[in-house]
Amino acid sequence: MRISRPTPRTRHHSSSESESVVAGQAPAVELRGIVKTFPGVVANDGVDLTVERGEIHCLLGENGAGKTTLMRILYGLYQPDEGTIVLNGKTVTISSPRKALEHRIGMVHQHFHLVPTLSVEENIILGLDEGPSPLLHSRRTRAKIRDLAKEFGLEVDPQAKVWQLSVGQQQRVEILKALYRKADVLIMDEPTSVLTPQEVSGLFGTLRSLVDAGLTIVFITHKLDEVMQISDRVSVLRKGTIVGTVHTSETDKRTLARLMVGREVVFRVEKPLVERGAVVLSVKDLHTTNDRGLKALNGISFDLYASEILGVAGVSGNGQHELSEVLTGLRRAGHGQAVLQAQDLTHCSAREIADLGVAHVPTERIRVGTVPSMTIRENLLLKRYRQAPFSRWGFLNDTAAKTHAEGAMQEYSISAPHDGVAAKLLSGGNIQRLVLARELCGDPALIIAAHPTYGLDVGATEQVRETLLQQRSNGAAILLISEDLDEILQLSDRILVLFEGEIMGVLPADQADPNEIGLLMAGSRRQEVVT
Amino acid sequence: MRLLSRIHVERRTTPPAWVVVSVSVGAIIAALLVAGIFFRAYGISPLRAYGDILRGAFGSRLGITETIRRAIPLLLIGVGLTVAFRALFWNIGAEGQLLVGAVAASGIALFSGLPGALLLPAMFIGGFLAGAAWGIIPAALKSKLGINDVITTLMMNYIAIYIVEWLIHGPWKGPTMRGFAYTDPFPAAAVLSTVGDTRIHWPTLVIGIAAAIIAYVLVKRTRAGFEIRVVGENPHAAKYSGISHVKVTLLAMAFSGGMAGMAGVGEVAGIHHMLLGPANVTGGYGYTAIIVAWLARRNPLAVIVTAFLFAVLLRGGDVIKVSLGLPFQLVNVFNGLILFFLIGSDILMRYRISFDRKERRAA
Repeated sequence: MRISRPTPRTRHHSSSESESVVAGQAPAVELRGIVKTFPGVVANDGVDLTVERGEIHCLLGENGAGKTTLMRILYGLYQPDEGTIVLNGKTVTISSPRKALEHRIGMVHQHFHLVPTLSVEENIILGLDEGPSPLLHSRRTRAKIRDLAKEFGLEVDPQAKVWQLSVGQQQRVEILKALYRKADVLIMDEPTSVLTPQEVSGLFGTLRSLVDAGLTIVFITHKLDEVMQISDRVSVLRKGTIVGTVHTSETDKRTLARLMVGREVVFRVEKPLVERGAVVLSVKDLHTTNDRGLKALNGISFDLYASEILGVAGVSGNGQHELSEVLTGLRRAGHGQAVLQAQDLTHCSAREIADLGVAHVPTERIRVGTVPSMTIRENLLLKRYRQAPFSRWGFLNDTAAKTHAEGAMQEYSISAPHDGVAAKLLSGGNIQRLVLARELCGDPALIIAAHPTYGLDVGATEQVRETLLQQRSNGAAILLISEDLDEILQLSDRILVLFEGEIMGVLPADQADPNEIGLLMAGSRRQEVVT
Repeated sequence: MRLLSRIHVERRTTPPAWVVVSVSVGAIIAALLVAGIFFRAYGISPLRAYGDILRGAFGSRLGITETIRRAIPLLLIGVGLTVAFRALFWNIGAEGQLLVGAVAASGIALFSGLPGALLLPAMFIGGFLAGAAWGIIPAALKSKLGINDVITTLMMNYIAIYIVEWLIHGPWKGPTMRGFAYTDPFPAAAVLSTVGDTRIHWPTLVIGIAAAIIAYVLVKRTRAGFEIRVVGENPHAAKYSGISHVKVTLLAMAFSGGMAGMAGVGEVAGIHHMLLGPANVTGGYGYTAIIVAWLARRNPLAVIVTAFLFAVLLRGGDVIKVSLGLPFQLVNVFNGLILFFLIGSDILMRYRISFDRKERRAA
């Protein structure tokens, strides 16, 4: 079946194909009583959601609230256990993404589904049946893509290979892919998490022009600012149920936050005034390569002081990960030096660096930071099982380990029945508390914290941030790597921006302007560097 | 679809002990049932065959002692394998490690000229070192160069087999053996003492039981064991914690290979009293012990039980070969079926299945 695009600039789409139209206009999407369970979890517990035609509808909720699951049901990736989907007044069954596209629903996933070695246009027409001819109608396709791109501000070269594109451009390709398939309802899953502030404002412009052209957009996010900025209405999802749907103009951030979390939320953590101390870490002209052998760090130099948090901002994949690995001995430096209190780290093993008092909160806290099948007690010892009193003559002292574990669980409020519970049974917040309890034990001189609050709920996030600030007051030097710009701005004393393995600028946090940081993240270099 | 929606499958995080035991027993029963088809195909009642196996293993004094002597190499190798498997190293090469251990022991017994009292200890030490060296080669290849451990350990079995063939046909061929491909018999001081007139070479059995206890303590209570477990359970976390993957893998495989090497010493010094054809020396113990270690769920102490269980099967295989005129390979088929069902049943332990009795609301 061929369906033509809705005529541009008509906000109200004719709904003649729907029979049971109430009051002239049926909602574009109606989800009724959706239930979806996975082994051990109820992801959606009777969700009712109505999305009106031509609106930008935000789906707000914390990580794990069930937003993505709900949208995957709408996109046909999951089948609901119970409940119905009604599109334009008609009840439908969406058994696959192909069916979803037939119903003109498109989705842009958080992690893109593109083939890197193919060109933009090849990706866009991938899997489409373009009529009886076996040849790809390149000229026509290209023209069509260019038209769509121009109309909605999605400029991208149709003949470029996807691997050559920036993350922001790849997202445009994903949107074009959905539009090319004549999507009428577009689901965007956390689209801003990979973008610079400038790219975000470009994306928002595109979304508005899409709505003007008659499309309906469901926008999944956990960021309150975005909700206020872009949406017409917002539905808040908490623990698998909708706890409220409101017009954005009639609400504010505080109300939404309360709905989302279920209690009052403190937005600002108190950052005490602390005088920074002597240089703890001095990095000079550091080079390294990534796992594919390509240049990841290209001569970076900075100093980090005691009682200071140095935030490292940047779009993911610009060398942050490799920087944390080089500084913790997990990756070899190709050239240059990192000196910790007169000790060159670049030739030390991970164990030697840890023993020098360098704590590492790794990006992947479950895959790297813990042994999921081992107990809390054992995980807490991961870096000190060789030291007295935990080890004597090569044997482990279980009594000392137990005492240590019980103390740590209390101090960091790791909630579990006892310390013999396997780490894999802990929630994300508790796993991060466990990692912090282990890493911060013994007052490290240097803390490398990579994405310390990523994926945590609001309560755990607050606790992690307070812990870091406490360490700062105690004299630790902290390198904070994060993609959450708000977090960087809130916690850091200075902000360092990385782009393609080089430092674009270092600026004091109290004078930092998110727009300027955005420009640096996109690769424009700052002249003056603050030390 | 309606039916399916009433069955709930839940992930089980840590299976309780009764689940592990009952699933393991269930896997063995399933293997017994399927193996029954093969007995049927030979026109023999499976019940009669299993009865014969049990009678063969337990029905007489000879049966019991022969079962125990077959458990000895399975115990030694199985204990070693639990440690290698804990470190996530798939040692399929115990067969070869056993053979090089036997070669080392034979060399010392025949050619070292050591005084009598030192001969047997030297043979055990030499056998352990040879097996360890044979195990360390694939361990180094894997941890340094990332070469697949299953392939290298398996291929090194063939190298060991042909080394033994070459020795007994060539340089070590016994002048007194009238043209047979054996070495000369060991001197009396190189022969292990046995329990009475049985073939239970008890010093090896003692070593095996001691090794099971040592391995258990090693894994559960020592620093080295902690490192082995961390590497096996999560290599990324091991690297992050500064645990050397190379060191741990080499250590685990030195132990695993060394244990197999000592099993080889026991076979030549306790049973054959000479080095002979590789198939006669190993008796397939190197492969059977993989199932022994797996059935023990990588717990060294449990190997004492599972090694005995498989010794019953091997002894029973000998018996049905004679009493029912069946090929011995049938026992290998049976062993294969047990491993197949054991590995297949793993998934049952990780999930809990429940049936929802109450009628669900129609969509």
